[in-house]
Amino acid sequence: MRRLLATPGARIGAALLLVFVLAAILSPWLAPYDWNETRVCRRLEPPGAAHWFGCDLYGRDLFSRVLYGARFSLAVGLGTVAVSLVFGASFGVFVAYAGGRIDAWGARAIDVMLGFPPIVLAILVVAVLGVGLENAALAVGIAGIPRFARIVRGAALSLVQREFIEGARATGARPARILWRHLLPNLAPTIIVLGSLDLGNAVLFTATLSFLGLGAQPPTPEWGAMLNAGREFIRYAPWTMLFPGAALFLAVMAVNLVGDRLSQVLDPRQRSQT
Amino acid sequence: MRYLLGRLAAAIPILLLTWSLVFVALQAIPGDPVALMLGGTPASQEVIDAERARLGLDQPPLVQYVHFLARAARADFGDSFRTRQPVTTMILEQAPYTLSLAFGGLLVGGLLGSTLGLLAGLRPNGWLDAAIMTAALAGLSLPGFWLGMLLIQVFATGLGWVPVLGTGPVALILPSITVGLYLAGSLARLVRASVIEAASQDYVRTARAKGLGPVRVALRHVGRNALIPPLTLLGTQFALLIGGAVVTERVFARPGLGALLVEAVLTKDYPVVQGIVVVITAAYLAVNLLIDLLYGAIDPRIARA
Repeated sequence: MRRLLATPGARIGAALLLVFVLAAILSPWLAPYDWNETRVCRRLEPPGAAHWFGCDLYGRDLFSRVLYGARFSLAVGLGTVAVSLVFGASFGVFVAYAGGRIDAWGARAIDVMLGFPPIVLAILVVAVLGVGLENAALAVGIAGIPRFARIVRGAALSLVQREFIEGARATGARPARILWRHLLPNLAPTIIVLGSLDLGNAVLFTATLSFLGLGAQPPTPEWGAMLNAGREFIRYAPWTMLFPGAALFLAVMAVNLVGDRLSQVLDPRQRSQT
Repeated sequence: MRYLLGRLAAAIPILLLTWSLVFVALQAIPGDPVALMLGGTPASQEVIDAERARLGLDQPPLVQYVHFLARAARADFGDSFRTRQPVTTMILEQAPYTLSLAFGGLLVGGLLGSTLGLLAGLRPNGWLDAAIMTAALAGLSLPGFWLGMLLIQVFATGLGWVPVLGTGPVALILPSITVGLYLAGSLARLVRASVIEAASQDYVRTARAKGLGPVRVALRHVGRNALIPPLTLLGTQFALLIGGAVVTERVFARPGLGALLVEAVLTKDYPVVQGIVVVITAAYLAVNLLIDLLYGAIDPRIARA
């Protein structure tokens, strides 16, 4: 932990992240107004002492909405990464361990999935499942599976050749035990780094789908959807897009700063050098 | 030549499987296409049956699948449910807008990303490196749609330097910057790592020992070799470019394939969704193939392996 926070970037990132996590947990108590209560102020009222971030078209308090937005972004980010990670990593480990023909077909399947640019794959999944925040998050999770599978397969392939796996096999350990007790712990740093580097991306990607109108629908206080709603009056009320966008940017930046540092600390090659 | 044929032979089955996945995905959508096409207009059973026969929907799925592949290979995707125009015509109409945006974005992102990456990598761990890498991370964290709105607010609405809307060359400036910054962040990080790698090679030490100036060594010896590895990752960059184009078209209310795709998903216009996805995946694979071939041409060791 102390090594993790050794750089100023990581410290700033961790502090920001803490603020967002607190905002997400405490939003019902911190928010001065209900996020969906209309006419608590004048339509498109500029930011002021009573309404720090101003008000939207329906007279809702933007500060309360941005605060609640932290919940959606963090939950969605963790959920999508979990989907990509669980399915991608299991697939990668499984085909690498099985080897031979299964591995060859598995690699081919990953290549086919990688044949889609992630945004196109995600949009296709939304087209099939229907529009909505949960479906958009699932789509982003699915779009991330091939990348996770490819990297984890590569890492697992190099491990499978090593002596300790051969030794475990020679002592008669069952495949499930080898996967769980020997392969997975050794892949953990790779998987953690991948997950943390992908988290910011996942938050951004899901917000992007919401911005396109394919994810969270109004009146949900999700940052991407709020930006989409604010798009039409940026001329008259720039604060309707300024604050949700800044919140999204800072949240993603915080996650990326911590993730970047985490990857330096956990990178097995760098660890052996220091 | 053998290398070229090998790469081509590997790409074609992937393209076919990708298209098959699109076909399966769209089959999985609940609801009858003819009902969607009619959009609630009452119609007699004969009309519905005739329409189903015309679209080939009365055939078994396997036959439909073969027809789909045969038509996709000829770039025939049927007619849009909404506009009743051939999907191919609609795609051809929108493609130039997206291509010019992607080109503009590639120009901005490529120049900015490689310059910053080179500057950062030449003096790793210096103050300039730290500043550039923080900026690159910020670039990766920046929501493109938010950046686009800020650019509109400052340069179009505020300063009035460029028009807010429109499709002319001047109106392409802000969208290109928006798409370009998507690329610049990740490209700068790749180029930096590659520059550090290249600068530690023996030939760079030799060049320095010969007494060549730092600028000449940086450009001729480090820069040239350092740009090859990131080139191979341009395929991934192309995916970022597509994502950037989809978002940017919406922010700037520009026409284009991304805007058409999003609209088609929202209005359940599935032939259009299918057509655009098929075209984009084909373009994506073609670009990746082209990069592989380019890489083989630059580095003969790859082609022979």
